[in-house]
Amino acid sequence: MREALIAEGITKIYGEGAGAVTAVDRVSFAIQPGEFVALVGPSGSGKTTMLAIAAGLLSPSFGKITIAGQDLQAMSERKRTRFRGSSIGFSFQANNLVPYLNVQENVELMLRLNHKLDRKGRQRAIELLTRLGLGERLRSYPGQLSGGQQQRVAIARALIHEPSVVLADEPTASLDTSRANQVVATFAELIHEQKRAGIMVTHDLRMCKYVDRVVQMMDGKVSQILTERQAIDALANLYVTIDEGRQAV
Amino acid sequence: MPVFLAIKEISYSKGRFLLIALIVALITTLVLFIAALAEGLGSGNREYIQKLNGELIAIQEKVDLSVAASQIGRSKMSEIRRIKGVSDVGQVGFAAGTIIFADGRKSLDIALVGVEPGHPGEPEVQTGRPLGRDRSSEAIVDANVVTQGKVKLGDTITIKVIQGTDEELYDLKVIGISDGRKYQLRPGSIFVPYLEWDKIRPQATQNIGQGELVSNIIAIKLDDPSDWKNIANTIQANVSKIQVVDRKTAYEAFPGYSQQQSTLDTQRYFTFFISVLVIGGFFQIQTLQKVAQVGMLKAVGASNFTVVIASLTQIITINALGVLFGTLGTLALARAIPPNVPVVFVGQSVLTAIVSLLMIGPVGGLVSVWVLLKVEPLTALGLAQ
Ligand SMILES: Nc1ncnc2c1ncn2[C@@H]1O[C@H](COP(=O)(O)OP(=O)(O)OP(=O)(O)O)[C@@H](O)[C@H]1O
Ligand SMILES: [Mg+2]
Repeated sequence: MREALIAEGITKIYGEGAGAVTAVDRVSFAIQPGEFVALVGPSGSGKTTMLAIAAGLLSPSFGKITIAGQDLQAMSERKRTRFRGSSIGFSFQANNLVPYLNVQENVELMLRLNHKLDRKGRQRAIELLTRLGLGERLRSYPGQLSGGQQQRVAIARALIHEPSVVLADEPTASLDTSRANQVVATFAELIHEQKRAGIMVTHDLRMCKYVDRVVQMMDGKVSQILTERQAIDALANLYVTIDEGRQAV
Repeated sequence: MPVFLAIKEISYSKGRFLLIALIVALITTLVLFIAALAEGLGSGNREYIQKLNGELIAIQEKVDLSVAASQIGRSKMSEIRRIKGVSDVGQVGFAAGTIIFADGRKSLDIALVGVEPGHPGEPEVQTGRPLGRDRSSEAIVDANVVTQGKVKLGDTITIKVIQGTDEELYDLKVIGISDGRKYQLRPGSIFVPYLEWDKIRPQATQNIGQGELVSNIIAIKLDDPSDWKNIANTIQANVSKIQVVDRKTAYEAFPGYSQQQSTLDTQRYFTFFISVLVIGGFFQIQTLQKVAQVGMLKAVGASNFTVVIASLTQIITINALGVLFGTLGTLALARAIPPNVPVVFVGQSVLTAIVSLLMIGPVGGLVSVWVLLKVEPLTALGLAQ
């Protein structure tokens, strides 16, 4: 199967001269449709930067991102914005939702952006939200929802327009363990089922049990790529690895 | 899409948007009252001259265009009439008088204007008939005399005029009614045949012309109104001791007229400027509070166009709503204002005020637009470049 997302030799250098920081250093990986990848690593290791580049929100200093066969860097700014709207789904750590739109409208926003809001689309939005346990809250506004509920709305919004790639930045950061498990489990389920390529940045290594692969970053580089099995096995040791990595810096 | 977002946000934060619409409404009321006052005072001053059926006005030279001080003899009139391009001329004289009522009603101050029947200076009548003969106790009254003095066509009115130290009374028959023709803030105007006027006007000053019939100004009607500049020069070059100006120049030289208008204009511009700041500032704060949200919208694929148009739609709608409320409120208030207060809500300055108030939205929103364009979608991830 063709890869949904390919990162080739991605390097990002912030600033110039003596103050330059290499936030991402020659990172390459590929993700298949239906594959869910966790991006982990210590603070400052370049996870968010990598995610921003994969999303076309930030230009890499070197390297190339291909999503659904399209080179992000070859696009004009306007085209890239439109491409994000049609081919990428987003869930952010904070400020995910539009406060003055209700749950259903927030999800439908992505269909509206793509001029694809019809009866079928509305129906799918309702089904997706029901699936995420929000069937009773369709008319609620984000301010009336708990953090976990908001995060689930964001997940629905990230999936509704059938994007090739779904990117989530720390979707569990503000949640307690049981809610975090619940949210990520459903997220993983949907990604697998709908054959999207998913990347989730997370600090929480316990969330790795829901993913197919774990990409670990360290000082801007990919230090390990683990399979699901290896991730589960390595889970206990990972904290140790990271701490060692920190001390090595 | 942008309109959808704009409407959704307005209906979500109804209270806040209603509040700002209310502020706009109050500002509108204030601006409209100032404009109406400018219009009322301005037209109360200039109305007769502005509506004069002659493009040019001859005034005695070296009186600084003071109509009251100007004295022009009848001989000048014949000289002017002979100039090529002049179609007709008429002597016009102004005096102050008061209509007194037999039934004990409050008397009404009026401008007593002497005009030549059938010549420039005589206002057109809307009901009744024009002045007929040069000597007759007939009068045309303007609409203000009708509304404020309850005078009807066919009534005989009594005019009180001060002659030296004596009060003299004259009876005049109302044969015609013209539209509003106020002159120099007198509450109403009465037009009488010139020879009659010369008889009843206050005779405090001695005529300078040797027994000649003297008027304050001569109204000049041209064959081709568009050529007024050239003809004014020709007249001035050929007729001695007069100055020829257009109507606007004449009324702008009225005592205090320009100062009054510019004071009111300054107030109006200032209020307008404050409203731009208030409305612009409000939406600016609103926009700054939304930066994170806008970054998110842009990140998930909303274009600059979408976020900018959404914001502009809001500010323009709310502002227009406020102007609408304010205008309706002002018009309702205006009905309660007694007719002798010089506010006029239909007129150039009020229309200009409404149009400029409607511009506050787009102008005040410009800064917000700039902020919105600057928001980076990257902020959605907590990163900034
Ligand atoms: N705009 C910037 N200018 C300069 N350096 C930056 C900028 N943004 C990030 N960096 C640096 O790049 C490196 C990677 O940052 P990034 O935010 O991608 O890490 P992260 O793995 O997401 O960290 P965290 O887990 O704390 O979110 C860090 O050293 C950071 O200080
Ligand atoms: Mg980060």
